[in-house]
Amino acid sequence: MPGPARIAQGLLTDPRRPVSFRFDGRQLSGLAGDTLASALLASGRLLAGRSFKYHRPRGIVTAGPEEPCALVDLLTAAGREPNRLATTLPLSEGLRAESQNRWPSLRCDVLALNGALSAFLPAGFYYKTFMRPGWAWERLFEPLIRRAAGLGRLEAIVGRHAEPAEIVHDHADVLVVGAGSAGLAAALHLAGLGLRVLLSEQDSVLGGGTLLDPRWHAWRAHALGVLQRLPQLRALTRTCILGAYGQGVFGALERLEADESARFGGQRERLRVIRARRVLFACGATERLIAFANNDRPGVMLAGAALAYLRRYGVAVGERCAFFVNNDEAYEALFALRAAGVRVVGVVDRRAVSLAADRAAAAGVPVFRDSVVETVRGRARVRAVGFAQVSGGPRRHLVADALLVSGGHTPNAALATQLGAPLHWEAAIAGFVPALSPGLGALAGAARGEGGLAACAADGVRAARLLALELQAGAPPTADAQPFPPDERQTPLLALWDASKGPRGKAFVDLQNDVTVSDVHLAHREGYEHLEHMKRYTTHGMATDQGRIGGLLGAGVLAAARGVHISAVGQLKPRPYAQAVPFAALAGPEVREHYKPKRRLPLHAWHERAGATFVSTGLWLRPLVYGDAAGWEPVLAEARHVRRAVGITDVSTLGKLEVRGPDAARFLDFIYANTFSTLAVGRARYGIMLREDGMMMDDGTTSRLAADQFLVTTTTANASAVLEHMEFQLQANCPGLDVVLSDVTDQWAQFAVAGPRAREVVAAAVSGIELSNAGFPFMAAAAMELAGIPGRIFRISFSGELAYELAVPARQAETAWCALLAAGQPCQLRPYGLDALNTLRIEKGHITGAELNGNTTPADLGFARMLKAHGDFVGRHLAARPGLQAEERLQLVGVRCLSDARLRNGMHLLEGTAVGPGLGYITSSTPATADGRWLGLALLSGGRGRIGETLRASSPVHAESVPVRIVSPHMLDPENTRVRA
Amino acid sequence: MDPVVPLPAAAPVRTRSGHYSFWRLLREGLRGQRGWRPAWVKAAPRPRYKVVIVGGGGHGLATAYYLAREFGITDVAVLEKGPIGLGNVGRNTTIVRSNYFQPPNIRFYEYSLRLWESFEQQLNFNAMVSQRGTLNLFHTEAQRDLFTRRANQMRLLGVDAEPVTREGVRALVPLVDLDNGRYPVLGGFLQPRGGTVRHDAVAWGYARGASERGVDIIEQCEVTGLRRADGRITGVETARGFIGADTVCLAVAGFSSRLAAMADVRLPIETHVLQAWVSEAIKPVLDVVLTYGAGHFYVSQSDKGGLVFGGAIDGYNTYAQRGTLPMAEEVAAAAVTLLPGLARLQVLRQWGGIMDMSMDGSPIISRTPVAGLVLNGGWCYGGFKAIPAGGMTTAHLIATGNPHPLAAHLGLERFAAGRTLDERGVGPFPYAH
Amino acid sequence: MLRIPCPFCGVRDEIEFRYRGDASVARPAAQADASEFFRYVYERANPLGWHAEWWLHVGGCRQLLRLERHTLTHEIRAVAVAAAAEPAR
Repeated sequence: MPGPARIAQGLLTDPRRPVSFRFDGRQLSGLAGDTLASALLASGRLLAGRSFKYHRPRGIVTAGPEEPCALVDLLTAAGREPNRLATTLPLSEGLRAESQNRWPSLRCDVLALNGALSAFLPAGFYYKTFMRPGWAWERLFEPLIRRAAGLGRLEAIVGRHAEPAEIVHDHADVLVVGAGSAGLAAALHLAGLGLRVLLSEQDSVLGGGTLLDPRWHAWRAHALGVLQRLPQLRALTRTCILGAYGQGVFGALERLEADESARFGGQRERLRVIRARRVLFACGATERLIAFANNDRPGVMLAGAALAYLRRYGVAVGERCAFFVNNDEAYEALFALRAAGVRVVGVVDRRAVSLAADRAAAAGVPVFRDSVVETVRGRARVRAVGFAQVSGGPRRHLVADALLVSGGHTPNAALATQLGAPLHWEAAIAGFVPALSPGLGALAGAARGEGGLAACAADGVRAARLLALELQAGAPPTADAQPFPPDERQTPLLALWDASKGPRGKAFVDLQNDVTVSDVHLAHREGYEHLEHMKRYTTHGMATDQGRIGGLLGAGVLAAARGVHISAVGQLKPRPYAQAVPFAALAGPEVREHYKPKRRLPLHAWHERAGATFVSTGLWLRPLVYGDAAGWEPVLAEARHVRRAVGITDVSTLGKLEVRGPDAARFLDFIYANTFSTLAVGRARYGIMLREDGMMMDDGTTSRLAADQFLVTTTTANASAVLEHMEFQLQANCPGLDVVLSDVTDQWAQFAVAGPRAREVVAAAVSGIELSNAGFPFMAAAAMELAGIPGRIFRISFSGELAYELAVPARQAETAWCALLAAGQPCQLRPYGLDALNTLRIEKGHITGAELNGNTTPADLGFARMLKAHGDFVGRHLAARPGLQAEERLQLVGVRCLSDARLRNGMHLLEGTAVGPGLGYITSSTPATADGRWLGLALLSGGRGRIGETLRASSPVHAESVPVRIVSPHMLDPENTRVRA
Repeated sequence: MDPVVPLPAAAPVRTRSGHYSFWRLLREGLRGQRGWRPAWVKAAPRPRYKVVIVGGGGHGLATAYYLAREFGITDVAVLEKGPIGLGNVGRNTTIVRSNYFQPPNIRFYEYSLRLWESFEQQLNFNAMVSQRGTLNLFHTEAQRDLFTRRANQMRLLGVDAEPVTREGVRALVPLVDLDNGRYPVLGGFLQPRGGTVRHDAVAWGYARGASERGVDIIEQCEVTGLRRADGRITGVETARGFIGADTVCLAVAGFSSRLAAMADVRLPIETHVLQAWVSEAIKPVLDVVLTYGAGHFYVSQSDKGGLVFGGAIDGYNTYAQRGTLPMAEEVAAAAVTLLPGLARLQVLRQWGGIMDMSMDGSPIISRTPVAGLVLNGGWCYGGFKAIPAGGMTTAHLIATGNPHPLAAHLGLERFAAGRTLDERGVGPFPYAH
Repeated sequence: MLRIPCPFCGVRDEIEFRYRGDASVARPAAQADASEFFRYVYERANPLGWHAEWWLHVGGCRQLLRLERHTLTHEIRAVAVAAAAEPAR
């Protein structure tokens, strides 16, 4: 049986190292250096998969990352990985791959029925049907469509920990994208001038087109030798520039070789973030397809791909090859295949005149000029090629098992256009070429529309000179220049997009998404005539290959339908990423357990030993409750112990900011809605801080440690936001003030000792301070010494009990904490966690994040009287707006449950049996320490006027509704006798 | 909650795109698909219209459609600087839902969701409204409390919302790693009627519906100036000449500030980029719209098989409609953390849409200081899902001169009055919303 | 990705900074009325073009910088320290 086979020694394959692999369960063999595609071809296999919509059999069309058809599921330790390109997948021992989108098998696929029904399934058919009955879409049609759509299957085997991944940052003077003749010549030139050059090449080897032309092998070997000796030139293979992000920043994906991957613990890729002063795009051009009937049959392949398979892997893609071309470059494959002994049955050339065709004819190859291929016969493989003269005449046939097509080359403009480069039409190559503005970089070689390896190399040097001049690099070295082998003279191409004749047989412009010439015509007929509309209506160019080989065909067909030149239609806008990127590579190492940093308290280890359950609040890990028991009991036990005796809790997460300088007090008067300039040294004051729109931003106590030194505490959640707010206000709005802000949150550990016996405990542990009410009254602040550690003591209370907060340098936290525990033993001092802290503060009516929700004003929370009457402060002016004064605003109240039922945060408050949006909601709730009955805080419309009313607290999602009494938020000791005890 | 609007007789049908149906597809299939006609007429501008709508995106086209359909006003032109439907209506992540905190927002977006539910039957265009459910995960008790409050508020207003346990989350989305090493999933809330809509089809469907009722849809017609006389709008200067109008409506989210500036109006809006991504197409793995609560990431799977996902705005003023690298890393990290099974799936494309980020995170449908100039903008993250309600209520404002009851809270005057609708309580910092 | 030339720290990636919004509006004097504060807090020119804006270098020197940046190309043409910030040119 005719077909592809390995017939020669490839440049990359090692005949002494056979590699076995499985495809669709069949054991096959290739060589080290093969890709899966070359190994499949070498094994005589053409069929690689089924198409997206019509499930037509598909083969291998290209030899690189532009492949639209040969997508396979790869079976690895990580599971089933869909849509891997056989054309770039390196063959490795034991590799297992399966074809996609077919059932039950690749040869026999039930949904190939779609092909038979295709007359009724044109582009966009789904917009016009499946609309009735209304319920049927979700329950019937959509599930069917979803199951039919999609190519590969994802089946992940997930471990417990993050897979290895990394993000590497690179810097260079010039990033050269692409290491073909232009890129190599340019990189060597730039590096020769002493510039730091990063040369990236998506292929596994450097050389690009020079790999395919034996006349260039010596030049290439020399260039690689020079490259080795230039330390300022770094070449990265298997590295694809994914996107150009401006400011000289590029993202790149490096795929690791198997042995490097093994050394890096199985890491598969590396994301590189490249910052370069200039970029040189030498990223070549991509050969394109031509539309004709059945141009998707296995065995139809791009001419350049056939050349690549022969040169790189020694594989002939067919035994009897026909060609269909519109340019001279494609003849290189013809001559190479013939030289290797493959029979070329004929060339169908769109042009009447061609130097390359003349040479082929002279060598005895049948050349059919002025002709186009109209159709291909054969289903699972090419059997014959039907062609005819453009001017008419009978259709003739060539019996062939491969049809090698070339419609010309389209410059790879994606990256340049991402930098804003406009595209202009270049008739000589029938393609769009970008024009990059100076200062960003340059284009060279085929990416700029050049043809021929020598011309490209020379263009690379030209572009390199330009950039060197911009970067003011030194004079170029004269020696060591290796001459370029001269290019053959070529006849220009003749633009050709569509050779299909009428609607018979599908002529594809997008092989992966099964978009045909007729689909483009239909889109045009229905008014989707702008390229972007046509793309979206037909899905042209939206598959994994992003229309690399067929994108311009669609534009060409559309232009013809509209009766305009293709330059008026344009080219699809390429967005990142240039190649598909695995999520893992994009994500980098900061995933799963490393997703966000963990902030641990200075005492974390102690809390752990004490059996604390930790909770993540923001980045912090905080002890929630101590002991193993679940439910409210252990929490209430901790809280009751505080109410009854004394407890200690770690409040080190509170934000702590030092404000120093002669103008510190003035600054705080501006930042806070209440006054701090009147605060005496050695005293603390509760403060409220507004945003400029008059809403509460944060609260906390601020202590005056010296005339020009304050210590501000913030809520845990707002610590960094408050610091940034103060820094902004100081630098933007108070530039004249002499104030220094320092964040000392991490420098100090802070503990609250709270309860009726707190004084006894603190007195036993602390020296240098007299703790009586007269000596150290409520809201006093002072220096102290604890277990020989100098620190600070504040008489402030969040729990509603007599309480002291003691601060010591973070590194001595455990010494101080243990000293307090020891001193507190006679008083039965016990630690309490965040939950108990919360219970205590709710009973007392203190607010926290749930009430400081960004939509509450000082008046809402009962602080209206704290606003100073005179002087400017942030938020003053807009707080006066009518909407912030309205009676119906939500105001802070307390709620007490009138039954034994529980309350929930997020319950809404309603009157009687009323329905509708409700009057407000519960923000915080807890069983009471006294009797276990639930109470809470709520934000209630006109709440202060409703104290004493009975309302219903309702949680429809839990089907709960309980009666509650509205009370003052100060549910415990409203006279503050306990804190002042 | 249905709108209190008059329903005049249907305007004459102008285009002959004809009725779309299964039978028509069959018939066309037999005759080579030759009988289809343009979905909307490519109109040329006339010198004067009663209403000129600037912006051929979702809101502009929907406003035109409802003006014609609900109010019988067909002397309307929609002006679009390029081809229609390629701004944010063609760049979003296609999600529809009505789970909001503030009652006025719930009502507004719920109205929109109801209109989505009858979109296809009303417009005879299959936009694939897929009510597959939106599932919001929570990871802390504080977040659970907020979501409980929101879900209860929704239920009290007659909107669907359900709590979902951890096990329920696992059942709905087997891909979720409940423990994920950092912020374990404690549970979620599901809005079963939330889902996705094929975004392009929305623009095309409204364009077809409006065009059939006599609206001129004028593409390639950039507005370069707003002409005024005595504090009243008189028309628009365009690349294709002056066009007079009694009322001009700006529906150009992303560019609202620029257009308003042509009438010397400064808006409480900044323009920011919101990015989106799509993965390669795979067989179904995700049947709901899923949002992560511990980071910037939300995702759904399109009918074509690609995972469509996004995060938050980049957070600085920009008109550049393109993606950036740091946000890609952040979003992908959240994705792999929550759904580790995606690690080997490949991301295909990244893009950006530029958004009107308003000062309180809620939209603006409003009169302006210039008489006859109406604004539909400030959509922040909510523009796509609001298209039907935005169009309907903007049409109501234009037709009656008064705000629609469901959009009465969306006027510009709310900022000066201190009646802002700050969903997340972040304050007047658009870059932080 | 923005690369911001911090006068103290050198050129740094945007992720080191916190955006603080429009720097072309100035906080009115204390005696100004609510309407002036309304304009300061809420109304924005939001230009497509050069934009004066605040960036706080939280991952570096914690200085507030006033940038002039193009909102389409993201080119940065001026950087000043807030305290010394005067409209450059």
